[in-house]
Amino acid sequence: MKLTMASSPHNHSLKSVNKLMICVMLACVPGILVQSYFFGIGVFIQLALALTTVSLAEAAMLKLRGRPIWPTLSDGSAWLTGVLIAVSVPPLAPWWVVVIGACFAIVIVKQLYGGLGFNLFNPAMAAYVLLLISFPVQMTAWLPIQSLLNAPITLFDQITLIFTEATYSGLSLEQARQVIDGATGATPLDHVKTAMGQSLTVQEAMDNSAFTRFAGEGWQWVNLAYLLGGLYLLKAKVINWHIPVAMIASLAVCSLFGYLLGGQAGIAFHLLSGATMIGAFFIATDPVSASTTNKGRLIYGALIGLLVYLIRQFGGYPDAVAFSVLLLNMAVPLIDHYTQPRTYGHGAKK
Amino acid sequence: METLLEQIESGKLWQFPGGIHPPEQKSLSNQAAIGSLPLPEYLVLPLKQHIGANGQLLVNKGDHVLKGQVLTQPGTNWSLPIHAPTSGTITDIKPMPSAHPSAMPELSIVLTPDGDDTWCELETRESLDGLDNKALIDIIHHAGIAGMGGAGFPTYVKADSAKTIEYLVVNGVECEPYITADDMLMREHAKDIIRGMEVMMSILSPQYALVGIEDNKPEAFAAMQQAAKHNSKILVRSIPTKYPSGGEKQLIKVLTSKEVPSGGIPADVGVLVQNVGTLFAVSEAVYEGKPLIERVVTVTGNTIHKPQNVWALLGTEVKHLIYSQGFTPVEDQRVIMGGPMMGFTLPTVRIPVVKTTNCILAPDNQELAVAGQEQACIRCSACADACPQTLLPQQLQWFAKGQEYDKLEEYNLFDCIECGACSYVCPSEIPLVQYYRVAKAEIREQKLEKVKAERAKERFEARKARLEREQEERQNRHKRPARSAPAKDKAKVSEALERVKQKRPEQSAVQAAIERAKAKKAEGDTSALEPDNSAVALERAKRKEQARKYKEEKAGSNTSSAPKDAVAAAIARAKAKKAAQAADSIESQEQDPRKAAVAAAIARAKAKKSGDEPKQGSEDDPRKAAVAAAIARAKAKKAEQAPEQNSVSGSDDVKADDPRKAAVAAAIARAKAKKAAKGDKPATEAVVKDEPEDPRKAAVAAAIARAKAKKAAKEAEQVEEPISEDEPEDPRKAAVAAAIARAKAKKAAKEAEQVEEPISENEPEDPRKAAVAAAIARAKAKKAAKEAEHVEEPVAENEPEDPRKAAVAAAIARAKAKKAAKEAEQVKEPIVENEPEDPRKAAVAAAIARAKAKKAAKEAEQKEKPIVDDKTEEDVSSDSDTQTEALSPEDKRKAAIRAAVERAKAKKKAQEQEGNDLS
Repeated sequence: MKLTMASSPHNHSLKSVNKLMICVMLACVPGILVQSYFFGIGVFIQLALALTTVSLAEAAMLKLRGRPIWPTLSDGSAWLTGVLIAVSVPPLAPWWVVVIGACFAIVIVKQLYGGLGFNLFNPAMAAYVLLLISFPVQMTAWLPIQSLLNAPITLFDQITLIFTEATYSGLSLEQARQVIDGATGATPLDHVKTAMGQSLTVQEAMDNSAFTRFAGEGWQWVNLAYLLGGLYLLKAKVINWHIPVAMIASLAVCSLFGYLLGGQAGIAFHLLSGATMIGAFFIATDPVSASTTNKGRLIYGALIGLLVYLIRQFGGYPDAVAFSVLLLNMAVPLIDHYTQPRTYGHGAKK
Repeated sequence: METLLEQIESGKLWQFPGGIHPPEQKSLSNQAAIGSLPLPEYLVLPLKQHIGANGQLLVNKGDHVLKGQVLTQPGTNWSLPIHAPTSGTITDIKPMPSAHPSAMPELSIVLTPDGDDTWCELETRESLDGLDNKALIDIIHHAGIAGMGGAGFPTYVKADSAKTIEYLVVNGVECEPYITADDMLMREHAKDIIRGMEVMMSILSPQYALVGIEDNKPEAFAAMQQAAKHNSKILVRSIPTKYPSGGEKQLIKVLTSKEVPSGGIPADVGVLVQNVGTLFAVSEAVYEGKPLIERVVTVTGNTIHKPQNVWALLGTEVKHLIYSQGFTPVEDQRVIMGGPMMGFTLPTVRIPVVKTTNCILAPDNQELAVAGQEQACIRCSACADACPQTLLPQQLQWFAKGQEYDKLEEYNLFDCIECGACSYVCPSEIPLVQYYRVAKAEIREQKLEKVKAERAKERFEARKARLEREQEERQNRHKRPARSAPAKDKAKVSEALERVKQKRPEQSAVQAAIERAKAKKAEGDTSALEPDNSAVALERAKRKEQARKYKEEKAGSNTSSAPKDAVAAAIARAKAKKAAQAADSIESQEQDPRKAAVAAAIARAKAKKSGDEPKQGSEDDPRKAAVAAAIARAKAKKAEQAPEQNSVSGSDDVKADDPRKAAVAAAIARAKAKKAAKGDKPATEAVVKDEPEDPRKAAVAAAIARAKAKKAAKEAEQVEEPISEDEPEDPRKAAVAAAIARAKAKKAAKEAEQVEEPISENEPEDPRKAAVAAAIARAKAKKAAKEAEHVEEPVAENEPEDPRKAAVAAAIARAKAKKAAKEAEQVKEPIVENEPEDPRKAAVAAAIARAKAKKAAKEAEQKEKPIVDDKTEEDVSSDSDTQTEALSPEDKRKAAIRAAVERAKAKKKAQEQEGNDLS
């Protein structure tokens, strides 16, 4: 009788990379839904564009590298990157923005570094930063929430805006925003930043009709939806609690100090605006580019929170999650080196 | 704050980090009582079933044995006996596949049961009364008991602990999925296990005995608690189910909060761990007198019809076990000895149950999925979260793949207990444990190799030291005579000069002088170069210009008529000296043609001062030199008022009739010069005197020199031999050349250079410059390699006696020169070009060529050396007496051929080089 040989252990948890990635994508669903509710159906178009692009780019790169295509593509990591890029760009950004971002993320940030597991940087965030720096106009052209629009942009207008950069009636996105809003730069973070620049207090800025409580109409709900998804990920043990908790806690502490000392925006504003929650649960927790020790994750998360606060408060950009994550990606090897846990049976050195 | 003891007493448990919860699958096999098996057809009993050494065979093929009869005699080194599991006949003793992942054959006894199952006589007892520790340990030893949890460590060794044991930890955890052997044993034999524990406790007298049982075995826990009720020192603890809490280190942590230090054993922290199966065996051995001949084995898995625990005689083949329980193999059937986490797959079912076999698992492919394709690590560090040792399996994996063994050790690879938790949780299905096993094996092997290598190195170094010592001794023996010789040497040199002079008529007396001068000059140049490389380019330019001038001058001065030349040379010298009086104190002496001669002598002497310049003089044609000297002297006298010193006048007198005398005179002059310069007189005089005396010594010195030369420059040898061949005619010249080389090396002294430079400038003709250049090159080499000097010197000494050797030495010197002074070569090359006619120049050119060749291509060295030979040949033309000792006639011919070829090459090269340099 011929017996099959194998090395121990002979059992496996049946977890797989593919399952992990799908789990994370599922956890994004509430956030995406809320986002589309407030900002229009454009996010789905962006998703379709991004997923198509990352699939093609990944397949092409795998082919070039002589790797098996489907087994690697199906691990889902590329798709997750696509999803994160799609939800990060403004829903009505021109189609080529997301395509460029997705290509850059997969081809340069991921595959040229050796593919999954070897990339130093979070591909989605690297792509986002590339887009933000290269196409600042398109990348900051967020619409005000739909409910503030006197005449909502139609689905058809959204599609033509994305693909032709003009509504059916020939208005550019900028014009459409102006017509609708009477003002531009409609995200709360933008608004506050601008207001601060004009020496208004946060309170005055927040009194603007664009914002209700907390962090501005729309955005807090988007953030809460991502928080929900994040909690699911924690529950499913897809991610560890260290990074999101450390990041949120550090951001909260910073903004508390800011609020108490300088009359700056409060905790709720910081936690529920911009990309805070998606950053804490979906982006900073990217295992490949994050710290791998538990102590290291606490440091990593906390430093991201601190940087987010500092850049939002003092930097040139309204939001800072992408920058903070990339900066900390660079620090990961150092953090990991100094946070090795104490091995059983070794004195309490390390 | 409670003390640790109080905490333990109060039932506190600790936690170890990590751990996993794989499907337990224990209910498959723990529903039925422990069954028994029909007697197998035969039993295979490996002599070694534990960690340690084999026992010695006590039985022979064909012997009949009774159940429980001892089959091997334990010796030292943790060896354990084995016993006959049933009565029967020994049918064979041979290597058989063993219970090891590779089924590596082990010497085994094959026992065919007779079916009677007759026990041998057993010594039973009711209590431990009258048994001291030693007796108990002896009983355990001779019962052949080894740890039955998996490792198979001899139990008697553990029981004999030298360290104080505070806690006896009893492992009834059985955390591996599927396995229920200990579970069932505890349920059915709790009392015996407790008795066994008490035996151990009486030996070790710990404060407490702690029994750890996972909380998924409530029946076993209850049974054990019941059985231990009477003994307040036994604390039975139910611990949370988590793999691998049954690991020794983890269990100690859970029950006592202690950690076994890395690389240590539990006894280091006052803990000793025994498996419940082992304790049962101890009880059987002590109270029933039964040795370890059977054990409980879980036979389970979905391909087994009746999964169950059975009492299996040691030596029962797995095949018998699984087929007795009903077995239907599936595609890609795996049969695992041990559990699904740490067990190993068997290559064949014809492998016996041994003392450490606790489970035979024959799963189908649904319950334990076949491992999938390994994917990229996504650094999720689920492995780190699962690791009970708080390692970083993910990092270890990267290092293992990169074979960074240092890093692996830095990250504590050797603290890995190979529990498999990391592999279990890895979403990329990376076989982490396998990587670690391989890496561990490689590191161990490397360490072994290192130890071996170190030993080898020690041996080698010892040998080297010895050889060096011997060599030194030998050298010292040789040196002593060599050192006593220098005076003689010089004498010989001058003698040689004389002889040469006689032989060789007029032509180049002048040239000789010039040569000398030029050599000096060139030396000066080169020495100037040496210190400052940045000036090299400038220097080269200068040199080129000079070369051009020389050419012109040469053309003008027309070397053809020897006497004229000589005169001209003398005059030139004189003038030059005059002109450069200010520069040189030495030169200032010579206003006058004679003085020029004298000056030459002085210069030579100076060279000697530091070394051996006189030899240099010999290089050129000594006769001519003599003649020239004579003429110069004559003129000087005529023209002159104050005849210089004895030496000059003396030489004048002599020269007319006797060239030899002239040579002698020259020598004297030289000596005087030295005196004047250094006060070295006695030495030089002695030299003169000694010359004729002792040819034998010279021979001896020559021999030494030969030896040294060979040793020092083995590559050079090839070069040298041919050279020696080529210079059959004028062996003395070679000797002289060698001497010159030496001298120059010694020079180091800068005043000497100054003298030389002016002189050289004045000599327009300059075919021999090349020769000089060669000499310079040699000299430089010497400078660079001072150790080499003594080698060469002896050679020089030998010269008169053994011309060939001298030649060899010269060659060596040349070779060295090439290496050391590359810039010097450039200088020489142009010179070489100009003197195509003169055979000596050819020699020089050869030297240069050699040097260049070396520079350009070090591998080419061999070629170049022949070149050298050829040139010398050219000028000297072959003479049979002087041929090298080493070479047979055939060799000579070959050498000659080679020489021809090389000559051609050398010329070509020289031309090219000249072209380069001059252009």
